[in-house]
Amino acid sequence: MVDNKGIDSRRNRLLWSCRRGMLELDLLLNDFILNKYEGLELHDRQALGALLDYPDAVLFDLLMGKSITADQEIASVIKKIRTSAASGTA
Amino acid sequence: MTIQSRKFDTLIIGAGGGGLRAALQLARADAKVAVVSKVFPTRSHTVAAQGGVNAALANVSPDNWHFHMFDTVKGSDYLGDQDAIEYMCRAAPKVVYELEHFGVPFSRRDDGNIYQRAFGGQSQDYGGDQASRTCAAADRTGHAILHSLYQQNIRARTHFFDEYFALDLIKDEDGYILGALTLDIESGEPLLIEAKTTLIATGGAGQLFRTCTNALINTGDGMAMALRAGVPLQDMEFFQFHPTGIAGKGMLITEGVRGEGGYLVNADGERFMERYAPRAKDLASRDIVSRAISVEIREGRGCGPNKDFVYLKVDHIGADVIKKRLPGIRDLAMTFAHVDPVDSPIPVYPTAHYTMGGIPTNRSGQVVVPEMEGPEEPVPGLYAAGECACVSVHGANRLGGNSLLDILVFGRAAANHIIGHLQEHRYHRQMDKTAIEKALARLKRWEKTGSGESVPELRTELRKVMEEHCGVFREQAVLSTGLEKVKLLKERLQGARLKDQSKIFNTARIEALELENLIDIGIATVASALARTESRGAHSRVDYTERDDASWLKHSLYFHDGRLDYKPVRLKPVTVDPFPLKPRVY
Repeated sequence: MVDNKGIDSRRNRLLWSCRRGMLELDLLLNDFILNKYEGLELHDRQALGALLDYPDAVLFDLLMGKSITADQEIASVIKKIRTSAASGTA
Repeated sequence: MTIQSRKFDTLIIGAGGGGLRAALQLARADAKVAVVSKVFPTRSHTVAAQGGVNAALANVSPDNWHFHMFDTVKGSDYLGDQDAIEYMCRAAPKVVYELEHFGVPFSRRDDGNIYQRAFGGQSQDYGGDQASRTCAAADRTGHAILHSLYQQNIRARTHFFDEYFALDLIKDEDGYILGALTLDIESGEPLLIEAKTTLIATGGAGQLFRTCTNALINTGDGMAMALRAGVPLQDMEFFQFHPTGIAGKGMLITEGVRGEGGYLVNADGERFMERYAPRAKDLASRDIVSRAISVEIREGRGCGPNKDFVYLKVDHIGADVIKKRLPGIRDLAMTFAHVDPVDSPIPVYPTAHYTMGGIPTNRSGQVVVPEMEGPEEPVPGLYAAGECACVSVHGANRLGGNSLLDILVFGRAAANHIIGHLQEHRYHRQMDKTAIEKALARLKRWEKTGSGESVPELRTELRKVMEEHCGVFREQAVLSTGLEKVKLLKERLQGARLKDQSKIFNTARIEALELENLIDIGIATVASALARTESRGAHSRVDYTERDDASWLKHSLYFHDGRLDYKPVRLKPVTVDPFPLKPRVY
C-alpha cells in the first residue's frame, strides 16, 4: 500500500521481517528487498512473504543452497535472491 | 496525549535465550509475564550460536565443575568475578538437563548420553589435557534452544509483544523501575508497559563495528536504556574479535581454514604471520593474528583498491580438500565475497564478535550500581541477563560455549530472584507521569522535519570510526581521536532528520532510535578503552602491552555523564578457595 508520499508500508513490513537472528540472512534479504523489490511481480512478492515466515535455520539452508523446497513459487524467489547475491548486489 | 498501557508482574525486554529462559521460569510460577521483542522472538540472535553449552557432565572426558571454573577464571584473564563463575559452573549441568526436558535434541553418544565436543580453553585437572565439555545439538544449538524455549513459553502462556521496540525505562523519583515505554512498530503508536519488575535481556552491541559477526538487531538497546536511566556500563572496553571475518561483511571464516593449511598474505603476497609469530605463524592466538592484520593494513600493506583487508589464501590446498573439508566456508566465500576459494583468496578483516561488558549485575541478576552503601547496591525493580549484562563471568575474555550457558544460568537466576521479589511486592507502584513524558520525548524528537543529516550515513561513519579507533589496534592517540570523533557524531545526530514520517512499519525511525543507542555505547566503549592503560584479555594496547594487576585488577564503570569509576573484582568464590592470579598462558 503506497501512501500519498510514496511510502510503501507493505515493503517496509517485509523489510522489517528481514531482520533476522543471523547476519548472513540480514545481508541477503535486506539487500534483495532494497535492490529488487520494486521489480518483483505480485506472485513473487507473495512468495517472498511466505519465505520470510520460515525459521532462520531453514531459511539459511535454502538460501545457501543446502536444501530445496517443493513449492515452485518460493523456489523461484530463492533463485532470484541467490542470483542477486551472486551478482554482487547483496 | 493519551497513551495505552498494560500492567504485568514482570516485563522482559528481549526474546533471546536469556529472556525466554527467565520468562518460562516466571510463567511457570504463575507470574504475569510480558516479553517485548523488536523482532519475532525466534529471530533473536541466539539462533546464530552454533557451538554449544559448556557443562561438566563428564560424558566424554573426566570433568567436574571446578575444572570448568578454573578454565573460566583463567580465560577471563582474572577479571571475572569468581563468585558468579562458581555459581555458573555449578549450575551448568542442571540447566543442560532442563533444556533436554524442554525438548532440545542434544547430539548423543552411542551409550545414549549427551555428546560433548572439545573447544578451546577447556582443560582437565586445572590446565591439563584437553576436556570435552560442550553439549551441542549438531551445529544448531542456539536455534534448538530458542525454539524449544519459545514453544514452552507459549504453553506456559507468556504474553508476547512481537515487533515492539523498547524506548526507555520508566524510573520514578525514588529510583524504582516501573516498566518501560515501548513502540508498536506495526502501528507506530507508543504503549506503556507497567511492571513490578523489569528484566533487560537485549543481547550485545556488535553492530558498533563495521565488520562484525552480529545480526543487524544487535544494537545494544538495553545497555543504552540502562545508561540513560543512570546505570553505568561495566567493562565496555572488552570486546571479543575474531581475526578472520569476510572483509566488509563480517561473517566468520573459522580457524579450521588455517588449520587445514590456509594462510594470510598482504598486498605484496607476503605470508606476513611469519614475522609476527615465527613458530605458530597463522595458527597463533586470535588476538595476535587480529593485531597483525591490523598492523599490515595500517602500514599500507593491505589488499584491494582501498588497501583495507588482507587475503586468506586457500587454493594451494587443492579443490578436493576444500570441497570435502570446507564446503560451508566455500559457500560463504562464494555468496558474500564473490570468490571461489578453490582458485581465489578470500578477503578478510578482524570481525567483532561478542560484548563482554554490559549492565552490571550480581549473580541474582539484579542490576547493581555504586551508592552510598557500597559499590553494588541493587536498583529496585531492575534486572539484566545475558550478553547485555556483565555479571561478570567472562571478565576480559569469553570462552567458547560459555555464552549460551551464561544466558541460561542467569536468565533462570534472575527469574528466581524476581519470584521472591513479587511475593514481597504485591502491588504496582504509582506511575510517574514525568518519566513517561521524558521517554516519549525520545520518540517525538524524530518527528522534526526539514533538512538534516542522514541516519544511515551517520551509522556507517560510527561503525567505521569504531573499527579504526577502537578495534584490535589500540593506543593512546588512536583512542583519543576516536573518542572525539564518536562524540562529534553524537552532536551531529542531533541535527539528523527522517524523510519518512509514516507510522506503519517505519523502519527508518527504528534505525534512528537504534543509532542513538549505538552512539552512547560507542562512547562508553572508547572512553573505557582509553582509560585502561594495560593489556588484558581482549583489550590489547600496543602502548601498554602487559597485564597490570597492581593498577588494573578492577572493573570499569562508565556513566552517561562521561564519568568513569571503578570497583573491585570479586576474587572470593562462594564455597571454594580463590584461584590465585597467574599469567594467562596456553
